[in-house]
Amino acid sequence: MKSEGSESLPQVRVVSPEVARENRAWVDDLSSNGDRREFASRRLYEVLLRAARAEVGRRAARLRLVGPEVDDIAHQAAADALLAICGKVETFRGDCKFTTWAYKFVIFDVAAKVNRHFWQRSGVAFDDDDWDRLPARLGIEPEAHAESRELMQAVHRAVDENLTAKQRIVFVALVLNGMPTDVLADQLGATQNAIYKMMFDARRKLRTALVDAGYLAEQQIA
Amino acid sequence: MTGWPEGLERLLTTDPRDVGCDTARAVLHVYVELLAAGIDAAEHYPGVASHLAACDACAEAADGLLAAVQDEGLHGGPQPG
Repeated sequence: MKSEGSESLPQVRVVSPEVARENRAWVDDLSSNGDRREFASRRLYEVLLRAARAEVGRRAARLRLVGPEVDDIAHQAAADALLAICGKVETFRGDCKFTTWAYKFVIFDVAAKVNRHFWQRSGVAFDDDDWDRLPARLGIEPEAHAESRELMQAVHRAVDENLTAKQRIVFVALVLNGMPTDVLADQLGATQNAIYKMMFDARRKLRTALVDAGYLAEQQIA
Repeated sequence: MTGWPEGLERLLTTDPRDVGCDTARAVLHVYVELLAAGIDAAEHYPGVASHLAACDACAEAADGLLAAVQDEGLHGGPQPG
């Protein structure tokens, strides 16, 4: 994985004059004081709430979340996103529509809230290392579990013998237990990026171990 | 050995171009607008594309952001100024 900030990300987007005008209006209104700012904040909250409801609905259907809590999450996410946006409005670079930039805040806020909510209800401890779950977590059909037993044992062995204690915790939480990265990051007091990096390194180590043991061919990157 | 489960193959496949969550999220709004405009975002941001192929959390957020950008109903509200 490239180290943080090592990729020079190109500026490839030039917005139209109309979008640039709208963007400037949002930034100016939200950076002003008094009624102008208050009115802009209320307008933006309405936009964010619509986006939050749509995103909660999209995720809730898959996670089977229902009831008033779903709308509560949307309201909380819209309010939290508005606060974050108002605090960072001067950092908006104008390389997209202001609303697209704003949606990003609310989308990630909805994800964090839905994931926390879903995980609290799941009743699974993040460090519960039930290895019988591995085949199902890797999408192996029940009828193929028997023939994949040797492979699963090799993965288990590779985890025990090759990963650091922290990498093992992350592997167990994310892979065996299906814990969302952001929830695990909260529990471990780490950033999501740090958890992803730990898992990235763990994945590389496991592949190398399984290749060395003859279970897997060398990886080809396109 | 052949016939590896697809889930394991995907789990263990890493790409050195992968930029990680922080960098991908920093430009996700631009990346998604390119996608919405029918532009090959992966060509402009290969490290971000690689990350989205491997990180479920960021990929899910990208899907949600793209859906929001493409949902005209969301933009029907009041405009600034």
